[in-house]
Amino acid sequence: MSASLGKDLTGLEHLSPEQIRLILDTAEPFKEVSERPIKKVPALRGKTIVNLFFEASTRTRISFEFAEKRLSADTVNVAATGSSVSKGETLVDTAKNLEAMRIDMVVIRHPSSGVADFLGARIRSNVINAGDGQHEHPTQALLDLLTIRDKHGKIEGLKVCLVGDILHSRVARSNLWGLTKLGAHVGVCGPRTLLPRGIEELGVTVFPRIEEAIEWADVLNILRLQLERMEKGFIPSLREYYRVFGVTPERLERSPHPLTIMHPGPMNRGVEIDSRVADGPHSVILDQVTNGVAVRMAVLYLLAGGRPELADAAKRGVGGGGGGPD
Amino acid sequence: MRPLLLQGGRVIDPSRGLDQVADVLLQDEKIAAVGPGLGVPDGAEVRNVAGRIVAPGLVDVHVHLREPGNEDEETVASGARAAVAGGFTAVCAMPNTDPVTDNQAAVGFIVRQSGRAGLARVYPIGAVSVGQRGEKLAEFGEMVGAGAVAVSDDGRPVASSHLMRTALEYARTFGIPVANHCEEPSLAAGGVMHEGLVASRLGLKGIPAAAEEIMVARDCLLADLTGGHVHLCHMSTRGSIDLIRRAKERGARVTAEVTPHHLTLTDHACEGYDTHAKMNPPLREAADVAALRAALKDGVIDCIASDHAPHSYDEKEAAFDDAPFGIVGLETAFAVAHTELVLGGVLTVPQLIARMSTEPARVFQLAGGTLAAGAGADVVVLDLAVRWTVDASAFHSKSRNTPFAGRELSGRPTLTVVGGKVVHDLERPATT
Repeated sequence: MSASLGKDLTGLEHLSPEQIRLILDTAEPFKEVSERPIKKVPALRGKTIVNLFFEASTRTRISFEFAEKRLSADTVNVAATGSSVSKGETLVDTAKNLEAMRIDMVVIRHPSSGVADFLGARIRSNVINAGDGQHEHPTQALLDLLTIRDKHGKIEGLKVCLVGDILHSRVARSNLWGLTKLGAHVGVCGPRTLLPRGIEELGVTVFPRIEEAIEWADVLNILRLQLERMEKGFIPSLREYYRVFGVTPERLERSPHPLTIMHPGPMNRGVEIDSRVADGPHSVILDQVTNGVAVRMAVLYLLAGGRPELADAAKRGVGGGGGGPD
Repeated sequence: MRPLLLQGGRVIDPSRGLDQVADVLLQDEKIAAVGPGLGVPDGAEVRNVAGRIVAPGLVDVHVHLREPGNEDEETVASGARAAVAGGFTAVCAMPNTDPVTDNQAAVGFIVRQSGRAGLARVYPIGAVSVGQRGEKLAEFGEMVGAGAVAVSDDGRPVASSHLMRTALEYARTFGIPVANHCEEPSLAAGGVMHEGLVASRLGLKGIPAAAEEIMVARDCLLADLTGGHVHLCHMSTRGSIDLIRRAKERGARVTAEVTPHHLTLTDHACEGYDTHAKMNPPLREAADVAALRAALKDGVIDCIASDHAPHSYDEKEAAFDDAPFGIVGLETAFAVAHTELVLGGVLTVPQLIARMSTEPARVFQLAGGTLAAGAGADVVVLDLAVRWTVDASAFHSKSRNTPFAGRELSGRPTLTVVGGKVVHDLERPATT
């Protein structure tokens, strides 16, 4: 029996711990594919995937594209500019036209929350959320979970603090669900202007000061502070943000034990994170990027109906390679 | 027009505290008599309405009929048809049409369209400010002369306290209320639902309760300052209720309305990004719903209004951020209120009829809301026993944007009479 993810992956809020572990476990054998001289397995041969990006993205789009290509899928990238989207076509029409071309999967990023769910409810193809507004970015959280598990050998019982702009962050929301479901303790730290209403009710510990968060945590996941937040008046200046909330070696020194340092990127060096921390010995920031490809391969493979126990065989190109029934 | 005798119904007239089994005779466009065992005049049409309620026609002081400008979504005629199907004999049309109903010609157009439709009475509400731009007062005097019954910039709050003050003062000359959509714009900017845990989880920008309450507080103070009548549209928060209660206690001329959806739904309805749960003000929390219900019962809130806001399918079939605010309500308002409030033990039937007929008529000083002899023959017959399932495709409204689709509700208007003319009829054929 293949433990199923369902048709779409739009977020982690509604996944079970077992489903999340399934994805992480399935990602393990796929890690090795990217280490080979010839980085390709036939698991999704003949599948057609559209990467539909309504919002600028470099790292996530490239990571998905590598994951798709390393699984031998045929991929098309559609960006919001220069397509019929910019000519006023509705979201539904865009999706239905793509589907009429008999595609198998859509990877979508959109500036509005809920669009991945909206799309998933309206087309037969599998939908993978690559970030919707301020809602969720499930594959980012999954790669964060995988990286934490790699580093610490477990997730349960760890104290993970998300630092910075939680309010506008889809990465924070997906991390919160994923970490909580796998038994981690979750903290958040940032200026009150950038924390969502009612977050305490989700079982999260709020740290008003970064010093307290550092004292508490085993892992810091430091979120990108967007310049726009300053322009909209959520914080007075980037300079002050760095002085009050910046993660610096001096602050980390006060911790009784070394903290694992994560960042989903792209980083603002000298704003939310000091370069010496980003490039320091406890930073796993580039491991996150590497794991991103493996996690996305796992998600694609599982949604295409691939059987997790065959992932190992699939990567060798023997048996189960077609990925099972649609 | 033949006289119409409604025989044997339970007659409820909150304007006179009447609740008894009786006959109601409508003649010459007026209510001729109410009492047990009335004789049948020559040529009268007789309807046996035993087991049903006979009440003054429902009155809705807050609807959007989209004409002129968006006739694909609603017209005065289609809205008036939806109104009578919902038991409403009079509705007040908000001026956020395109162009805005901000002058006597535009007001006169609504009056003429209403007359042509010959269904519910459609009373225009004029704009507070020219173009609803919040700058310059519209010509209240001429608009009232053409038939306007109130002024409002609904859809947009009157953001300028100075403009609101002058509107309240100037409106006193004409004896009309200034109806305000209370929302402090800088706090609400960009928000699409109630600010709270559900919005945090969905990643949607919230509108805090304080955005409404700040302007409710201001408007109550301006009512004190000016002696003008402020009518607070679609109240949604428990904090607003406290402010209104205090204002009324000190004698301010403040009235308030609440919608059926704010009385029955919470922000959880937005889960799954259902754009039919997107309205402004947004659906709030259970504690707000409880406070609104209590306020309706004790009179802090004067009346129920539907805020009927038609939108096309395409507009609502969109990302939550992109969909417009608002839902239709004329054809479900009574049944939702009856099912949730009466069967839910909050109001008695006479209290509900008061809040949907007598009180709204009083607040906007409209004819109607009474079965007193000599009043216009605006009457509704309600079958409280009938259970039905909301089928949006069967609406008379041109739009189907309702969060109540598929809901099983209890109670329905079966006969609506405006000016003695039967304009909606689900009753059995005439017995004579």
